[in-house]
Amino acid sequence: MTAPPAAISPTGLLNLDPTVVATARRLAARAAEPVVAMARAHTTVAVERATLRLAGITGADSTHRAGDVPWVNRVVDTVREHCGLEHGAVLPVFHALREHNLGTLTELAEATAAGQVRYTVPDGRDRDRAAKAGRTAVARGLRTVDRNRAQRDRLVGRLGDPKQRPWIYLIVATGDIDEDVVQAANAARAGADIIAVIRSTGQSLLDYVPEGATHHGFAGTYATQENFRIMRAALDEVSKEVGRYVRLTNYASGLCMPEIAVLAGLQRLDMMLNDSMYGILFRDINPVRTFVDQRFSRQVHARAGIIINTGEDNYLTTADAVDAAHTVTVSQLLNEHFAHEAGLPDHLLGLGHAFEINPTIPDSFRLELAHALLARELFPDAPLKWMPPTKHMTGDVFNGYLLDGFFNLAGVLTGQSILLVGMMTEAVVTPFLSDRDLALANVRYVLGAAGALAEDFRPAPDGLIVTRAKQVLGEAVDLLERIVDDGLLNAIADGTFGLMKRPADRGKGVDGVVEKADGYCNPASELLESGQSEEGATA
Amino acid sequence: MTDTMGAQAEAGTPDGPGAKRYVRPYGDTTGDGMAQLSFTLPVPHGPRADGAAQQLANKMGMDPAMVVHSHPIGADFTFFVVYGSVSHLVDLDTVRVVEREFPLLTPSEVNADVKKLLRRKLVVVGACIGTDAHTVGIDAILNIKGFAGEKGLEYYRELRVVNLGAQVSVPELVRQARADKADAVLISQVVTQRDAHILNTQEMSAAFREAMGDRRPLLIAGGPRFDPLMAGELGVDRVFSRGTTPGEVASYLVHAVRTKRGATV
Repeated sequence: MTAPPAAISPTGLLNLDPTVVATARRLAARAAEPVVAMARAHTTVAVERATLRLAGITGADSTHRAGDVPWVNRVVDTVREHCGLEHGAVLPVFHALREHNLGTLTELAEATAAGQVRYTVPDGRDRDRAAKAGRTAVARGLRTVDRNRAQRDRLVGRLGDPKQRPWIYLIVATGDIDEDVVQAANAARAGADIIAVIRSTGQSLLDYVPEGATHHGFAGTYATQENFRIMRAALDEVSKEVGRYVRLTNYASGLCMPEIAVLAGLQRLDMMLNDSMYGILFRDINPVRTFVDQRFSRQVHARAGIIINTGEDNYLTTADAVDAAHTVTVSQLLNEHFAHEAGLPDHLLGLGHAFEINPTIPDSFRLELAHALLARELFPDAPLKWMPPTKHMTGDVFNGYLLDGFFNLAGVLTGQSILLVGMMTEAVVTPFLSDRDLALANVRYVLGAAGALAEDFRPAPDGLIVTRAKQVLGEAVDLLERIVDDGLLNAIADGTFGLMKRPADRGKGVDGVVEKADGYCNPASELLESGQSEEGATA
Repeated sequence: MTDTMGAQAEAGTPDGPGAKRYVRPYGDTTGDGMAQLSFTLPVPHGPRADGAAQQLANKMGMDPAMVVHSHPIGADFTFFVVYGSVSHLVDLDTVRVVEREFPLLTPSEVNADVKKLLRRKLVVVGACIGTDAHTVGIDAILNIKGFAGEKGLEYYRELRVVNLGAQVSVPELVRQARADKADAVLISQVVTQRDAHILNTQEMSAAFREAMGDRRPLLIAGGPRFDPLMAGELGVDRVFSRGTTPGEVASYLVHAVRTKRGATV
């Protein structure tokens, strides 16, 4: 099983009032309720594309004058033009497949590009047939996802999880997948347990997923199905060599969140960055689009056994880490609720937080410990992701190395589960080979010297750490009350999070949101909601 | 240039450190030239690697050079820390720095200056014009996410940002800039063919001049294929090239608004 082993998790050190904690969760659920209802009532072009990808469509139209257009975009765009997406793409697509007597979705896509297909929403027996055929195809895709999950469990069983907590998370990002493979293998040999391949700048705003192996990213490498496959295969090799299962991370965020989630499930990725509000706040993606896409992508992640990583660290890079500490807690509670609602259990919930307090303010390290412990105790069973300082890394690499050491110490002392390794060259250059090596040496030293220090760590009951943690939780409850009164979408519109104002009817990708009609049909949603797998699966 | 000159300059300056013409690094004694250096060589760890590091340091002008630390990184690489005295002198009279025509400001300084100068928010309208669908550049400058560790212009409280996105036509851009009473218009061109980025930008600046004359907003063009010296040819106020950060653009906006005010008031 991929359930993480119990870390040396301090609990009960803060003596949090259980009724306050329960209130916070209840408020988060109430704040999320209307958003979940809205997410259920809508679909998006990306959800429909993700569904067709599960049903087996692959490849791209390389003859189009605008460059490679994925077949799935051609098909969904054409369906929308002909008969709308209110009923979902599956009915018109599988109806057309039968009407034109075509064997595969790719053939259908080619015929679509040639202008030979007229899509309609079938009814009566035609509808039932199309729905059934679609369900069979989607179930086949889900079986691949299920097989990958079982394969991961087998490999973890055979090779083992990392011996220590926190797991060590390293980023590679060269823009060229072949170069990434070399760097990732070296990082794993040097001690990384998790490899994250950062995406090319701006991919989150592309309304399609690029195809094939790519070699020219900007400050990162494009997330494509083929790149996923190449990297996972390389890490399987190196996992055997280092004797532990090395996990692979990518980003299910932006306009193609649901599709990337599906591709991750199909290629056995292990973790995905997937935040409920990041795209809205930091990429100006339409809020409705984001919540609809997010729900579907989380259902896929739940099915695939993928650990999600949420992005609360980002709030602290824009707002002050002390003043805005409670917004992190609120976002974690909302992320938790949305994740549970989509079927993700606690052990797949990598809630994020970060070491971003200005190091020149007095007691900054004690405040960091208070915030980190609060997250640990609020979410005892979640594999929390602890993010290194970025905002106060100045280019003074010597000072940065010290700060990263304190970050590592806070991580082990408060029982964090996943530790993103900080680089002293943050905000200077992409890390040198030696920077990564020194960063890992820093982690090893702290783990070796203080890995079990949590045993001796008992913050004073009325001390600054305990008092501060309670204060932040109190402020989080206050904010949640305001959000419940105001409505989450209004709160987002008013700039409650990360200082950004994002109205529900604006933002990128708003054109891709469609209200579902009564007869909406999406076998992927049905199978994911019900947790069924083998149904309709005649090979 | 000789050592003696340096020694004289260093020794014979009664006017304090600011008056020195020739300087060298300071370790713990004036004129010791001590510097530290770290690097990695693609050589397996061992005496040969240390010797190689020594040789590199010597060639870099460090003599004597002490390899004070080395350790292997994997089987094929070695990391070194080297201390040593460098033989080079710096002639301060020959130091030439490229002067930016405006000072770099922090976001809070930008906010304070805009407030003081305009007593309202400064309106920035941004777009990718022509057929270019690559909003990477304009988004890096405008989105709060930002670029190179700096937050985008959206983050600045005193800036109001309207990002029109990609494939915006010139008439549409002019209309929007007018409707929003833009103080500045940022256009981005990333992927272009046959100098389309130049023609598009010229078309844009001509349209603004025709529609609004002297009351046109500040026009700023950005993209990896632009040369900052092309502003005149393009008919814009400023050109930003590859690697520009949001902070530079924000600082420029303050500078340009201040200059414009100075000229008209």
